[in-house]
Amino acid sequence: MTGSLTTSTDSAFPSDHTFGDDVLVRVDNLVKYFPVKGSGLLARSVTNVQAVDGVSLTIKRGKTLGLVGETGCGKSTLARCIAGLIPITDGKVYFEGQDITNLSRQQMRPYRREIQMIFQDPYGALNPRRRVGSIIGEPFAIHKTASGNARKRAVQDLMERVGLNPEHYNRFPAEFSGGQRQRIGVARALALRPKLIICDEPVSALDVSIQAQVLNLLADLQDDFGLSYLFIAHDLEVVRHVSNSVTVMYLGRVAEAGPGDQVYDHPRHPYSAALLSAAPAADPDSAAQRQRIILTGDVPSPINPPSGCRFHPRCPKAQDLCAQAEPHLEPKAGDPSTHLTACHFPVEAGEDLARAGRREQR
Amino acid sequence: MSLLEVTDLRVSFPTADGVVQAVRGVSFSVERGRTLGIVGESGSGKTVLTQTLLGLTPGGQVSGSAMFEGNNLVGLGSRAMQRIRGKEISVIFQDPLTSLHPLYKVGWQIGEMIRSHDKSISRQQAKERAIELLGHVGIPRPRERVNDYPHQFSGGMRQRAMIAMAISLSPKLIIADEPTTALDATVQAQILDLLLRLQQESDTALLMITHDLGVVADIADNVMVMYAGRAAEKATKRDIFYLPHHPYTKGLLESIPHSSASRDRLKPITGQPPSLINLPAGCAFHPRCAYVMDRCLGEQPNLTPVGDAGEHRSACFLPAAAIGLTDEAEELRKQTVEMGRHAEAAAIAEAIAAAPESEGSVIA
Repeated sequence: MTGSLTTSTDSAFPSDHTFGDDVLVRVDNLVKYFPVKGSGLLARSVTNVQAVDGVSLTIKRGKTLGLVGETGCGKSTLARCIAGLIPITDGKVYFEGQDITNLSRQQMRPYRREIQMIFQDPYGALNPRRRVGSIIGEPFAIHKTASGNARKRAVQDLMERVGLNPEHYNRFPAEFSGGQRQRIGVARALALRPKLIICDEPVSALDVSIQAQVLNLLADLQDDFGLSYLFIAHDLEVVRHVSNSVTVMYLGRVAEAGPGDQVYDHPRHPYSAALLSAAPAADPDSAAQRQRIILTGDVPSPINPPSGCRFHPRCPKAQDLCAQAEPHLEPKAGDPSTHLTACHFPVEAGEDLARAGRREQR
Repeated sequence: MSLLEVTDLRVSFPTADGVVQAVRGVSFSVERGRTLGIVGESGSGKTVLTQTLLGLTPGGQVSGSAMFEGNNLVGLGSRAMQRIRGKEISVIFQDPLTSLHPLYKVGWQIGEMIRSHDKSISRQQAKERAIELLGHVGIPRPRERVNDYPHQFSGGMRQRAMIAMAISLSPKLIIADEPTTALDATVQAQILDLLLRLQQESDTALLMITHDLGVVADIADNVMVMYAGRAAEKATKRDIFYLPHHPYTKGLLESIPHSSASRDRLKPITGQPPSLINLPAGCAFHPRCAYVMDRCLGEQPNLTPVGDAGEHRSACFLPAAAIGLTDEAEELRKQTVEMGRHAEAAAIAEAIAAAPESEGSVIA
């Protein structure tokens, strides 16, 4: 990982070619452990859930970083760490070159305006007993940026911007459908004109036709306001659609990272390859032709992760070395310097992992 | 003869707000050893439809018929239904955690299913059978895991246990209601693989309900697309994906991101699905349909054959030849729409075109 940490905060339209200036967020070796107490005789021993274990990434201005991985790989925990919602065990988070790791509530406040979140469940994320106008206006109230009629006007502008009828200012969340509720969530996140919006599974709970509406809205807002997104989703096609670059996580670590097309078309980590091959494509002919790599077993516990490469117990290519030495996240032979893979034996072009996987299963 | 033949099934629920018309005249059949995929959004009636087949919609007013091996499942008494449910027709639900009882061992729950249909089987025999089934669905070390509680299983393993239960009595039909929705992609692939393998082994028919077109593309033979309680289109899998006729089917296919067209703007269907209490007159899809015509406002289209093959049916007034995503088909649709659209329908079409989703610039 290279690049300077000093970034200017005043350039709203950075050029793509200068590295450093275009970096909005940089995460260095972030570690987040959750302590768990043992039970019974072991009540005093404390072990750790190693939710995120040494993750580095950068989010560029006006761009989208997609974060994929299965349940329990630490992607949501990572998002919450970046948003400053939970303290970090180790590592650093830089926002526009400023170290914002574990700031106090007071110190964090200005950054909260810059980093907003959209959540998965549009039903759970909105207080059912408050009117939509007051929900979307809450950020203005907290940061004391607008009040009274000015706030109402600002809220109605936002509602219009995200495709809601401003006349519905006084309605309750229950009166809106799932897609409209997600728009309310987007309007609230947008209220303070943040630079980064963390979208944690923003369309997973929505039907496909509504999902496309919300994805288009997010794309429009990115264009209009130069937003950066950290986009978390388990639907790989959705992530590919919205992302400029993609990071694949497995059990708290980065397995592979790089430009979206590069990772999707030429995955080098066996896990990324398996994940991509498993995602169902809405195309019967390609589904019939595709060789699915069926992984055996389940994701191991992050309390006691496997030694060496954390993927090795399920990997069709695993060898002795994989259990002993942890692979570094680095560009593999023939890949561009932006395409990083943490694997001792990366997948080569044309290699049939499906066959290797099947042999394993027998 | 088909294994299951459903004719003009209607289900409605009287509520304080009015009558919810969940299923409004649906007909379809399922053949032995084949998979029918039922696709639709939330509220399209797909789950109510299948639960009605199993007598799981108490309080609903049901009409029509569902012939399963000479028995009409509609109006069947609860005793008779209990004999069929589990033994002849079994179900796999979406959420494997809430489908398993948290206080009973997994093996016991599978054994109970077996013993409830055949009292002559001893507990020990049922347990042995449960072990065998768990091994069959790919649970490692089934002899040990049979004594686990559901919380000791991962999501994928619970769904495997549900499948073990579903196949325990070798049913002729398995209804799978969003069986992989709660699972991760790699686990979903495992489960779909397992379902396909089991189907091939025992010639079981599968009724697969899902909102995920990818799952349908993967395992279905035939597909029925539902909208607002009715079938919008029925066809073989390839026809649905490559030669869609109904604008709703077409809209669904166009709203999912495709890897080939990465970063292009998606084409969502504008608006929201209708309330099943207050359905629009005519075709229920007309308030969201870019091809709305005068007749769509007052007349409800029925399934009619489209395309060349007789199996492909669509409930839409567009000409039968307007199938597929080609420019010619689009031209034909446009011509038809121009002739068939006046005053009110034209106003609706304008409103759809002006909806917020279709505004804005195209992203680079």
